[in-house]
Amino acid sequence: MAGMNLDNENSKFGAEIRDLAENMLQQLEQGDVGKAVALVNDLNQIRDRTLYDEIGRLTRALHEAIKNLRVDSVGAGSEIENATDKLAYVLELTDKSANRTMDLVDAATPLATDIHDRAAELSVRWKKFLNKELKPDEFRTLTKDINQFLGDSTDNSRQLQGQLSDIVLAQDFQDLTGQVIHKVAALVRDVEARLVNLVVMAGKVDSITGITHADIPEVKAEEPKEGENIAAEGPQIDKSSEDVVASQDDVDDLLSSLGF
Amino acid sequence: MKILIVDDFSTMRRIVKNLLRDLGFTNTAEADDGTTALPMLQNGDFDFLVTDWNMPGMTGLDLLKKVRADDRLKNLPVLMVTAEAKRDQIVAAAQAGVNGYVVKPFTAAVLKEKIDKIFERVEG
Repeated sequence: MAGMNLDNENSKFGAEIRDLAENMLQQLEQGDVGKAVALVNDLNQIRDRTLYDEIGRLTRALHEAIKNLRVDSVGAGSEIENATDKLAYVLELTDKSANRTMDLVDAATPLATDIHDRAAELSVRWKKFLNKELKPDEFRTLTKDINQFLGDSTDNSRQLQGQLSDIVLAQDFQDLTGQVIHKVAALVRDVEARLVNLVVMAGKVDSITGITHADIPEVKAEEPKEGENIAAEGPQIDKSSEDVVASQDDVDDLLSSLGF
Repeated sequence: MKILIVDDFSTMRRIVKNLLRDLGFTNTAEADDGTTALPMLQNGDFDFLVTDWNMPGMTGLDLLKKVRADDRLKNLPVLMVTAEAKRDQIVAAAQAGVNGYVVKPFTAAVLKEKIDKIFERVEG
């Protein structure tokens, strides 16, 4: 909007200058140097007035852009701090869920192992019995052990059922963290849009006032030297990139090409 | 066989510890970054190091370099278990002297395969 206004003003500004210049030329052709010099003063006034008007308009637009950026989006109690807290909550939930799941697996594993080991051991003795290789007192012990095993297994497998369903319940974090992450992502997009708006406004101030900036050296992503100080980057989201391995097989191929 | 597990996330340390236990390695210790791991390695009689890369304090790559530069530790087998998946990074780890490289997320079978391979080579 501000840009369109400025363009209108610019063409008005240009037309006024052209009128004055043509007038000046006429005066000069008619030999009236005094009048021509007076017109130079008028020219100066028009330039100053236009410049002040435009600076005023830009200042208002810039002020609006800064207001939209919302200073309260940074610092204590701000949206950004709020988002940081939300991400900490995601970390806490996922940590809790991972540990709860592993606790349950740790508790369930011995139960499953017990069922397996005792069933395997009893089955050996049961086969002996079927082959009529068991002595009567061995058979009595076997029936006692089988009875005990059936009772224990009933208890163990009931516990296992409970643990398995608790493991499923421990995955409920996905829903909660998903909602939080969506919100934080929306905030990041919003702040980015407001920043872009501010940069656009600042660019207009530059073009109207004719300010040029010394070239700011571009901040280059640090190119690590060969094998030196190569930085950790965390998980690669885009696995299709050429310089990223897509799987453990790729890692193995790469290492074996290096003589591993 | 005494193994040091280094990762800044306690859940990942626990996963690796459990997998190692299933593979029969029960003598393990844990550290949460290179800075705490290095003195443990220097003062303990560890036979194997499993480390993450991206950690605050000292990273796994720096820990690996420190291990290779230490006369008493330089032959310690090191397995890197990490989310870092760029070719340059894997090459850098290889140049720094890593013995195995596993990218997260990984499976129990992959971890076992790499560990077996490392010990085959160390012993052979």
